[in-house]
Amino acid sequence: MPTEADFTALAITLQLAAITTLILLLLGTPLAWWLARTRWRYRFVIESVIALPLVLPPTVLGFYLLIALGPNGPIGGLMQTFGWQPLAFTFTGLVIGSVFYSLPFVVQPIQAAFKAVGDRPLEVAATLRASPLDAFFTVAIPLAKPGFLTAAVLGFAHTLGEFGVVLMIGGNIPGETQVLSIAIYEHVEALEYGRAHWLSGMLLVLSFVMLMSLYALNRRFSLFRT
Amino acid sequence: MSIEARFRIERIDFLLDVDLNLPIRGITGIFGPSGCGKTTLLRALAGLERCDTGYLRVGDDLWQDNGYFLPTHRRALGYVFQEASLFTHLNVMRNLQYGLRRLDRHRHRVSLDAAIQLLGIGHLLERNAGELSGGERQRVAIARALAVSPRLLLMDEPLAALDLARKHEIMPYLESLHEELDIPVVYVSHSPGEVARLADHLILLDNGRVVSSGDTLETFSRIDLPLARDDKAAALIEATVAGHDDDYNLTYLDFPGGRFTVTRRELPSGHTVRLRVVARDVSLTLAHQKDTSILNIFPTVVEEMIPQGSAQVMIKLSANGVPILARLTRKSAALLDLAPGKAVYAQVKSVALLS
Repeated sequence: MPTEADFTALAITLQLAAITTLILLLLGTPLAWWLARTRWRYRFVIESVIALPLVLPPTVLGFYLLIALGPNGPIGGLMQTFGWQPLAFTFTGLVIGSVFYSLPFVVQPIQAAFKAVGDRPLEVAATLRASPLDAFFTVAIPLAKPGFLTAAVLGFAHTLGEFGVVLMIGGNIPGETQVLSIAIYEHVEALEYGRAHWLSGMLLVLSFVMLMSLYALNRRFSLFRT
Repeated sequence: MSIEARFRIERIDFLLDVDLNLPIRGITGIFGPSGCGKTTLLRALAGLERCDTGYLRVGDDLWQDNGYFLPTHRRALGYVFQEASLFTHLNVMRNLQYGLRRLDRHRHRVSLDAAIQLLGIGHLLERNAGELSGGERQRVAIARALAVSPRLLLMDEPLAALDLARKHEIMPYLESLHEELDIPVVYVSHSPGEVARLADHLILLDNGRVVSSGDTLETFSRIDLPLARDDKAAALIEATVAGHDDDYNLTYLDFPGGRFTVTRRELPSGHTVRLRVVARDVSLTLAHQKDTSILNIFPTVVEEMIPQGSAQVMIKLSANGVPILARLTRKSAALLDLAPGKAVYAQVKSVALLS
């Protein structure tokens, strides 16, 4: 049976995934909008940077983040001069790492959905007296809804399964930065297969249910498929 | 009141360079072959196509002047796109209300009910935009554009994406639009039939330049324009219903040059109709033929002749001031010794009623 520590790890994992997804939707939407509509010829550079976490070993990403966020890193050092705690080995540090790690899973579906919407509905909105901002919220976002759903579910599910980045920048502090995937690893290391089964099962069911709802819902919307 | 428009828009393989003065009343047709810049011109009027050097004044409102550019959403216009452009995330009613809700109350001139009734879409209001047929979608799009009480309605080939049956379904609505609401329309089309039927004023565009701009009937009768080289080049004639023949089921239509006899149409006497007489359906005789099956014969005078190709000649005739076109072989013209000023009889084999 899972112990209280296991449930704490589950709670931290869900919290991390939820906060990360929320931040990514807020940051990713304008970014995806810009990428979908800009005619800037070097757009591909930005797209490659965003896609990096898809191919980079998470430990590499985690390593660089650790350097940057640690007390001697550029960001960590800057924070220390202001009298703030460095972010490495904190929950906030985990959120930052997760945002980078899951960025492509949120930006790409939204970008594809905005592209699929195209210019025409926005032009139509303009001829119907809607300002560009008005048209963005009342036409572009509703029409790109399936993309947002995909982005939210993929961002959330991908953050749930995070391991390498967390291990590098979050360490393994129970009750603070110990997430489910690391707890499972710990149990296996300690030969506690029963508890590892419980946690793995939970993660498996959770991920499956989320993906299934996504596919079921997106079939109904039928505009965009992953 | 007029629309004054000057645009110069350069694209990689295309240049639109126009300087126009259009009446703000009735329907203005913009006609030309595919790729001549019709749609670009219409989009420039709407502010959807930006050009750095341009000037646009609609009545008293300045919409564009070199450094000044009024964005599309602040222009008092309506726009109907060529293909279905309804918002698929909204039902028909919400589509219709979209622009209306963003309009200042004091600018309401066309009521939503009037637009719904005019386009005959009252039974569709609760439907989703995606469930409609092509013709229904376009009617809703027209009503949606009308509901913002535009001072100028721009239509980009609103019938082009529809089959013939749907075209005939929408055409009467476009005509009543013109008659019932006092909203000037600029109508882009590549179909001579559509502009012949709908337009009061006609602009011919070719390769990004204005070839002619003038009254539609006059423009169709000019044999120096590309229109006259079309296989179905025709003169447009306005006539009034004079009466019906019950024995033979015919209708008489009078125009200054005489009287047309056509198969019966249920139209009231005094009603004005537009007729289309295709040039290749007109033959000429020097004497008035009595022993012929052709009913529509008019005394005319040759006004102008232009050779077309090596074998044919296009002839502009005047039937008491009303132009009629005839396309003959060069040989026929020589045998009849045709020249400007010569009196001939025009035999019209067939005539089409446009409205």
